Amino acid sequence: MTTTAQRPRAPHRSAAAARRRRPTPVPYVFVGPAAILFVVMILVPLIYAIYLSFRGQRISGGGAFGRKQDVFVGLENYITTFTNPELLASLGRMLAYSAIMVPILMGSALLLALLLDSPRSALTGTTRTAIFMPYAIPGVVGSLMWGFLYLPSTSPLHWIAEQFGIQLPNVLGQGLVYGAMANIAIWGGVGFNMIIMYTSLRSIPGEIFDAARIDGCTEFQIAWHIKIPFLMPALILTGMFSVIGALQVYSEPITLASMTTTIHSTFFPLMAIHQAAFQNDNLNLAAAMSVVLALGILALSLIVLRLSQRKTLGEDR
Amino acid sequence: MTATATLREVRPDQSAPPRGAGPRGFLVSRVVTTGILVLGALYCLVPIAWVVIAATKSRAELFSTFTMAPGTGLLENIAELFAYEDGGFLLWAGNSLIYSGIGALACTLVSAAAGYGLAKYRFRGRAVMMGVLLAGVLVPGITLAIPQYMVMAHLELANTYWSVLLPSIISPFAIYLSFIFAAASVPDEVMEAGRIDGAGEFRIFGQIGLRMMVPGLVTVFLLQFIGIWNNFMLPFIMLSDDRKFPLTMGLYMMLNRGASEAALYTLTITGAAISVIPLLALVLWLQRFWRLDLLSGGLKG
Repeated sequence: MTTTAQRPRAPHRSAAAARRRRPTPVPYVFVGPAAILFVVMILVPLIYAIYLSFRGQRISGGGAFGRKQDVFVGLENYITTFTNPELLASLGRMLAYSAIMVPILMGSALLLALLLDSPRSALTGTTRTAIFMPYAIPGVVGSLMWGFLYLPSTSPLHWIAEQFGIQLPNVLGQGLVYGAMANIAIWGGVGFNMIIMYTSLRSIPGEIFDAARIDGCTEFQIAWHIKIPFLMPALILTGMFSVIGALQVYSEPITLASMTTTIHSTFFPLMAIHQAAFQNDNLNLAAAMSVVLALGILALSLIVLRLSQRKTLGEDR
Repeated sequence: MTATATLREVRPDQSAPPRGAGPRGFLVSRVVTTGILVLGALYCLVPIAWVVIAATKSRAELFSTFTMAPGTGLLENIAELFAYEDGGFLLWAGNSLIYSGIGALACTLVSAAAGYGLAKYRFRGRAVMMGVLLAGVLVPGITLAIPQYMVMAHLELANTYWSVLLPSIISPFAIYLSFIFAAASVPDEVMEAGRIDGAGEFRIFGQIGLRMMVPGLVTVFLLQFIGIWNNFMLPFIMLSDDRKFPLTMGLYMMLNRGASEAALYTLTITGAAISVIPLLALVLWLQRFWRLDLLSGGLKG
């Protein structure tokens, strides 16, 4: 049966292979639209930004009659980028924010996913949906909601504390503002990451757990020794996206900036780039800053990928 | 009543308490795990509840009454919101739908074709394209926004619908996902059978390939729809005409003006509440079509 079924197939397969080897325009038609858009919307902007970053405005001729000229300036914009203390400070603030945000986001998503998957938990359907909901809410709207919950005049916590005569600190003040922003991003992202981890957990065959339970493993041991190692690919994926997302933080600070003076116009790198490009009209400097930021994020996400892969391999052996 | 009773009886059997943990320990851990989940759910719902409650407050009530107590100004707020800026709110909502709906649909089709082409054919240049695609997934999209603006300005497309739509249509991650789906769900044998029956390559894609990829493509569409709907930086950079703003930009503008015109806070809050409700309904309704497990499966490939 199997031989007869396979024999007539063989010529087709080689015919298909021959057809594939012959150059045909078909695959190019499929890939074409995406390739054109990729070139126009990603590659060209990237190259154009690199080109602009090596150029600058110079006034030639001197005096009141000088003309502005666009000239090659070498690494000048990059030197300005790396010697500008305000920009370096904004990079530092971005790293500080990410260092707070990413571990808490990943940790709480993992905890919630494991709890959802635990046979001990009840109400899992309802809580899962509720925790996923903020994902559908734009960062601007989420920041607006939390912003009012932070404002002492509309915050329920401040109101309750006031009834007892306690003065709570302003969450949007100097020290707490990182936590305030991280909280908004965690609130918006925890459900999405949790669902990815949870769906991954559901794909583990149940027999493994039965076997472990018969061997006397507690639920905690099962989670630690079976579920978390199994989750590694999902953890790497969500971790990478969380890092990339954290480093590009924009809508939270810019929304909160209209409610507090703590967040100024160059608080995070993307805000500083926007300021350079549109308020200071220095597209060349903005291009250099964009290139540095994009390369920095790329390097960091590659490091995360490399580190996490080594860890997965280590646990496999 | 009977259903819950049988469930209760069956559940402990399925997850038989391990040795050492008596029924009491089981109950305690059940309360603790469920309790943490409920706390998580409350944390996620409280801001949504707040914005809906605050939308019912009149201007005077917003800063004077207890923040979680409903007010009396809901209808007035809604009427004022829709009248603001000559019906700007509805216009922004319509714009958001255009950007997200058309953008996500076009992105899904472009990505599906590209992913299918890369997964199902061997052709010259394929290896280079795969390498570029994987690199593209890691390039942080938002840092591209300002360079994209410069290109759009050159093409004289800045401040048009195209300036937001075109960058939204190309997503290396969506192409990568479609590539994974096509490789996993469209068998070569089915394509071969179609060829023997005399179907052309495009007909095979349209009638067989696309259909087999549908569960994955729905996920790509939803991810992209919400991604574009929630995107702020791209329209913020590209658009200067407030008649072309999406909702996020419109609400941001109102909030910003509120700093000098406190009456606008009430309208902004009402707008936020109204804009959130249809999106939440959509997510609840579409929840069962999401195949987010395909995302983590994709990484192994």
